[in-house]
Amino acid sequence: MPEAKLMQGNEACTLGALTAGLSFFAGYPITPSTEIAELCSEELPKVGGKFIQMEDEIGSIAAIIGASLTGRKAMTATSGPGFSLMQELMGYAAISEVPIVVIDVQRVGPSTGMPTSLAQGDVMQARWGTHGDHPVVVLAPGNVRECFDLTIKAFNIAEEYRVPVVVLSDETIGHMREKVVLPELKSLTIVDRKAPAAPAGYLPYKADQDGGVPLMAPFGKGYRWHVTGLSHDETGFPTNKGDVAGALIQRLMRKVEKAEPLLRDYATESADDCDVLVLAFGSSAMSATSAVRQARAAGVKAGLFRPKTIWPFPEEPLRELASRVKRIIVPEMNLGQLVYEVERVVAGKAPVERLSKVNCELFRPEEILASIMGGSK
Amino acid sequence: MRTEFRLSGSGGQGLLLAGIVLAEGAILDGKNAVQTQSYGPEARGGSSKAEVVVSDDDIDYPKATDPDFLLALTTDAYKTYGKLMGKGLIIVDSTVCLDPAITARTVSVPILDTAATAIGKKVVANIVALGVLGGVSGVVKQATLEKAVLNRVPKGTEDLNLKALRAGFELAAKAAKA
Repeated sequence: MPEAKLMQGNEACTLGALTAGLSFFAGYPITPSTEIAELCSEELPKVGGKFIQMEDEIGSIAAIIGASLTGRKAMTATSGPGFSLMQELMGYAAISEVPIVVIDVQRVGPSTGMPTSLAQGDVMQARWGTHGDHPVVVLAPGNVRECFDLTIKAFNIAEEYRVPVVVLSDETIGHMREKVVLPELKSLTIVDRKAPAAPAGYLPYKADQDGGVPLMAPFGKGYRWHVTGLSHDETGFPTNKGDVAGALIQRLMRKVEKAEPLLRDYATESADDCDVLVLAFGSSAMSATSAVRQARAAGVKAGLFRPKTIWPFPEEPLRELASRVKRIIVPEMNLGQLVYEVERVVAGKAPVERLSKVNCELFRPEEILASIMGGSK
Repeated sequence: MRTEFRLSGSGGQGLLLAGIVLAEGAILDGKNAVQTQSYGPEARGGSSKAEVVVSDDDIDYPKATDPDFLLALTTDAYKTYGKLMGKGLIIVDSTVCLDPAITARTVSVPILDTAATAIGKKVVANIVALGVLGGVSGVVKQATLEKAVLNRVPKGTEDLNLKALRAGFELAAKAAKA
């Protein structure tokens, strides 16, 4: 039986990655994500993996894309400034369908902001940071144990659907240490990408169905295929045909749309009979949980909805709850990002109130409690 | 029951490690614990703060809201966090100048001097402070805290750190009598 130990969020992300089969890490250390690179540099050589400190974040994501093409499970970790630099190659990984995991431990921005200060300002960047329609999955851990669980999930999704997956952590979750009991290894599901049986007739971008995922051949094992950021046909070579390019974009997007009910991950507390629903993710959700419990103790019917998959957003369960509540409050450590998605999903079924904070200090529970108790502003 | 600790001082004093060991001690005692921190971009100097919340129950909010114990090793930290204190006890190093405007109950303990003089190593001030916190709060048993210290400190420094921790518990016992 694994024993309880004090573990840091960044450490849990790293252990999750190693458990999922990480064997290649390239990165450029940046606060507040540095512990991930540090621990990877210690642990990967012990299991025959590789750690490379690159010249910058562009090189880092390029290196993990290359490593993944050879069949390795590859990851990088960064924070906002580095994540911004990685955006072009996020698009490259999406269109070339190379599974990668990027951990973004958010800090306050824009630009270099303050290295050790909390924010949740990368919500929209994680979804739309690179240009063009592209698939991406974004997972947001709300405590240390979830850093472990969701990093494994990130690898599983990346492998299964051949998409870039972002673990959207933040300074508080990343640096916080909590009592954690890790699960028994044999209880975990680890997914590996599906490979073709033989090189003959291999078409690297041929999917068997609408929104299907092509088989992925590892480089260095006798397969020859072309990888490009240009729009391409089933052979992987560039095309100038609009309908072929359009069909590719459609299939890439459909991969994640179709999978959404399977990927969907969220937690609720006291949500079934609540009047006031608080929707929060990541570190803000810890404050929200405390506020909801205090409101309940005071006799107010408050509830919590905490998405762990941020993109794609868990629309259906929120829509269902929205039709039953009187108000929805969205606290986030930014001036309003996830709230736009909430407003779109709720579509007027209940009033949606923003609760924004950008002073780098985690919400105090009483700030959210005041909003629960105070009614509309 | 939820007990909140805030450990404050200057970067490099090792208060983060003291907070980690306190939290690990609580876990060894079968309790729940969360440790958080805030610090500037400097590796040394600048202000540094570690917080530990210990509880028998689930801990939803990880930060201290109204600390039961504030440790302040520098006058700056005392002035910044002392004025936020409500019900809790302030433990300051004896080099800290007390401010009459800070009204929370305060005890002054020679932590830095004990480390430098009695133990002979300034660097173990954090472990002396940990002993003081352990003794004053009673949240973690001394034997458990000793085990937690041994789990964390570098090989070859075990005796030194145990001596420091015990000296801290003695300071706490003296402060309780005073």
